[in-house]
Amino acid sequence: MMSFISYFINGLSLGSVYAIIALGYTMVYGIAKMLNFAHGDVIMIGGYVVFTVVSTMGLGPVAGVLLAVILCTVLGVVIEGVAYRPLRMASPLAVLITAIGVSYLLQNIALLVFGSNPKSFTSVVTIPALKLAGGKLTISGETIVTIISCVVIMICLTTFIKKTKAGQAMLAVSEDKGAAQLMGINVDGTIALTFAIGSALAAIAGALLCSAYPTLTPYTGSMPGIKAFVAAVFGGIGSIPGALIGGLLLGIIENLSKAYISSQLSDAIVFGVLIVVLLVKPTGILGKKISEKV
Amino acid sequence: MDKSNKTNFRLSKTLKSNIITYGLVIVAFIIVQMLVNAGQVSSLMKGLLVPLCIYTILAISLNLTVGILGELSLGHAGFMCVGAFSSAIFSISMLETIPNAGFRFFLAILIGAASAAVAGIIVGIPVLRLRGDYLAIVTLAFGEIIKNVVNVIFIGKDSNGLHFSMKNAMALNMEKDGKMILNGAQGITGTPKNATFLIGVLLILVTLFIVLNLIHSRSGRAIMSVRDNRIAAESIGINITKYKLMAFTISASLAGVAGVLYSHNLSSLTATQKNFGYNQSIMILVFVVLGGIGNIRGSMIAAVILTLLPELLRGLNTYRMLIYAIILIFMMIFNWSPKLIDLRKRIFHKSRTERERV
Amino acid sequence: MKKSMKKLLSVTMAVAMAASLTACGGQSSGSGTTGADTKASEGAKTEAPKASGEGTIKIGGIGPITGSTAIYGQAVMNGAELAINEINANGGIGGAQIEYNFQDDEGDTEKAVNAYNTLKDWGMQVLMGTVTSAPCIAVGAESSNDNMFQLTPSGSAVDCTKFENQFRVCFSDPNQGSASAQYIGENKLATKVAVIYDSSDVYSTGIHDKFISEAGNQGIEIVADEAFTADNNTNFSVQLQKAQDSGAELVFLPIYYSQAALILAQAKQMGFETSFFGCDGLDGLLNVENFDTTLAENVMLLTPFAADAKDELTQKFVASYKEKYKETPNQFAADAYDAIYAIKAASEKAGVTADMDASTICDGLKKAMTEITINGLTGENMKWTADGEPDKAPKAVKIVNGVYNAM
Repeated sequence: MMSFISYFINGLSLGSVYAIIALGYTMVYGIAKMLNFAHGDVIMIGGYVVFTVVSTMGLGPVAGVLLAVILCTVLGVVIEGVAYRPLRMASPLAVLITAIGVSYLLQNIALLVFGSNPKSFTSVVTIPALKLAGGKLTISGETIVTIISCVVIMICLTTFIKKTKAGQAMLAVSEDKGAAQLMGINVDGTIALTFAIGSALAAIAGALLCSAYPTLTPYTGSMPGIKAFVAAVFGGIGSIPGALIGGLLLGIIENLSKAYISSQLSDAIVFGVLIVVLLVKPTGILGKKISEKV
Repeated sequence: MDKSNKTNFRLSKTLKSNIITYGLVIVAFIIVQMLVNAGQVSSLMKGLLVPLCIYTILAISLNLTVGILGELSLGHAGFMCVGAFSSAIFSISMLETIPNAGFRFFLAILIGAASAAVAGIIVGIPVLRLRGDYLAIVTLAFGEIIKNVVNVIFIGKDSNGLHFSMKNAMALNMEKDGKMILNGAQGITGTPKNATFLIGVLLILVTLFIVLNLIHSRSGRAIMSVRDNRIAAESIGINITKYKLMAFTISASLAGVAGVLYSHNLSSLTATQKNFGYNQSIMILVFVVLGGIGNIRGSMIAAVILTLLPELLRGLNTYRMLIYAIILIFMMIFNWSPKLIDLRKRIFHKSRTERERV
Repeated sequence: MKKSMKKLLSVTMAVAMAASLTACGGQSSGSGTTGADTKASEGAKTEAPKASGEGTIKIGGIGPITGSTAIYGQAVMNGAELAINEINANGGIGGAQIEYNFQDDEGDTEKAVNAYNTLKDWGMQVLMGTVTSAPCIAVGAESSNDNMFQLTPSGSAVDCTKFENQFRVCFSDPNQGSASAQYIGENKLATKVAVIYDSSDVYSTGIHDKFISEAGNQGIEIVADEAFTADNNTNFSVQLQKAQDSGAELVFLPIYYSQAALILAQAKQMGFETSFFGCDGLDGLLNVENFDTTLAENVMLLTPFAADAKDELTQKFVASYKEKYKETPNQFAADAYDAIYAIKAASEKAGVTADMDASTICDGLKKAMTEITINGLTGENMKWTADGEPDKAPKAVKIVNGVYNAM
């Protein structure tokens, strides 16, 4: 029983990281209607920034995360402006492929700048582990911080979208770009803002991901990126609470199937569950029903 | 009267276009073959001939799904994986039983195509109920599942026949004379090298024949009508599921054929992220998108260029993939940006009107 | 009509692009000495000086220098380059200088064959590679066909030396698996052992399978046998938890140090205290940048190479490697360094000269390899058998206070 709880909590922690990454995916998808495959690599860049600031320059973890957020935000906006904006009116597939190109580009830049050797990441979390049930159950500080930040981020984002003008503009753009433009909303600006927020989240996710699983290579972001993308689809892509639910479920399913079914097939099982969910609910758990115009 | 004339004209136009496509392949083959015979081709190029055929077939087959059927598939490498492994297992276990390499390889191609088609049907039935990006993500998921499962399969052969396990090599309980065929993640080694450029080109021609004939057949028009307007197609009594599944299965089995070529070109076959993972699926998609969605000839050319590109950039060493990424982004923007397309059109038109004036 | 024009335009553009690329590709392979010069800023070309009139011997290398296994390929590339620079500075092989060209295979079989063909076009006479196992097997089929001598520094799968022309510097996987089980059994390190291995990696599964089958003979009970895959190699909480629950006295890690560093950190996070035992893949653990070496305290490993060994050869190698590449060399770099010296020794024994073709050289080297004995970084008095296996013994070391201690 103790080990079950432990698997569950570790899954929750993994799921929270997926959820934060998935939030970025989902926001960008909801507004720009594009799958930003480079999102995972922004996470990796965020990780490297934190690493450089904390371990090489010797500044505190807070400074590291802040700087990573700033740099990743800039990076996100630049990528959007240079690579995606020229293709705004083109087929969504063209943007998808360009995003792949950006992903390769970021990975190879990191490979050239930081080298192929893995870096051991110093955790940005300083809270000690929580020992429960007479030391039988240990919850690491990283787990606690990851779960809390995930919830806080979710609440902030929901409030931002519901209560602020910029948030409302985002909603409008995601509903109908043309109409939003006619209403005087700056569509380009709103999309850039979305990318900025998504990339800032990626930086935070990078710091948390690398704290919980303390290694950093140029390819650190790609698999969590894909998993988070699956999580976003799981929960219903475009939906913020959906990303949270999807991320958490994915992390828990992954960990439990690793523990009780097969550690080699856990990815296959995660993808299998995704397929089943989509067959039952074709737009994900919290996805909007698409009504078809005839 | 007028109407029949028009259709005549259209028919001859598609015929002409088809002849150009076939001709392109045949001419390319003849030129390359002449250069090879004259000793003008480097070892690198010679080694690349079969992979070029593989990627061309993949590009054509994915274009059937993406361009003609209009559904985004991110799991095409999975079908290639099925074709590669099933045919390699067949070839190795039949190495002594069927000594004639040509005949064995022919059977291997059929087996690869058939098993990929079966996988296509299994994946297609549930998947094709979904739409758009959801369909894409489910195909991606299937591709990953196929790759993951292949990595835990163990097959061995001894005097008692074939043994199968999903645990590990020891669980096969083979006799002393047992030989591993598929050793989990270590894959298959010692597949006979039967794939040649000639066979590759023949398979491209067969693929083209199947796909082009399908496009211009009654079924093909039905498939495209589903793509263009699903509801309208349904309302005039077209069986959507049937046609979707048909296109998807054909596309999968052609990818399986490419997989057969792949496994019979290298003596070591493992299922990794690099060759059968989503990265590969996306690379095939890049061929299709860059060459033009629905444009078979364009996707063939894109496949050739993008396969050669990283090899030609070898002189750049560690900068190679960086430059490759930049070229990819640049080509996408150049080919797809509405503004640039307008600009190109304007320049093109200008020069044409000027010419006409002269 | 417009559409066809667009098509036409894109086709012409594509053709023009391909043509221009072919042109520049041709150029680069023509000049042919770009290989080792990956850090352009350092200008580390290994082009032979014109001084000796003996010509040059062309050694090619293949391995991943981009992609997720780049770490191993880059180490091999650098280690070999270092050896070649030394040899060239000391007069080369029998007077002939070495020219070196290292090609990327991205850890992929198909790309490895392409790299091999590129090197053949360049005029390679001897192949040092490939770094990883599956590409090595694929290239082996080609090289045996061409009768090209192939010495892999680190391709450890059994089939990497399937053909007569193939030799290796590292241990084969089964060799390490049984050696580890015997060491644990004979020294009574533990009776209850948990194993965590990478089921998607040839090296790791090879050692794992042999270890499991040998464990029974040594009175070792495998209480947990847990796998992970390359796609899922950062979260080890479940595997560690299972090992902990099973009451294992020792965890056997037949994996590479990049994942081992993570396992150690996560074991600490969850408060799992046990001893860890690994193979040569674990070497490099202490040099992971920013790694907290106290985590590796009391980790035991069987390795032929230790970067902080006290012998003169290792110290010189480590110092010049650090100076040139700003990193501490790992086992891969050492294997590559030894590989080049083995090629040198065998070439001198066989009387290889620069004007021989690859096939003649191969015939000579195949025989000479079994006759030479070299003192390398990864073993003293290394000898090779005709089936390509090295004859050397791993050393068991234990990490104490952040350094290796012989056990």
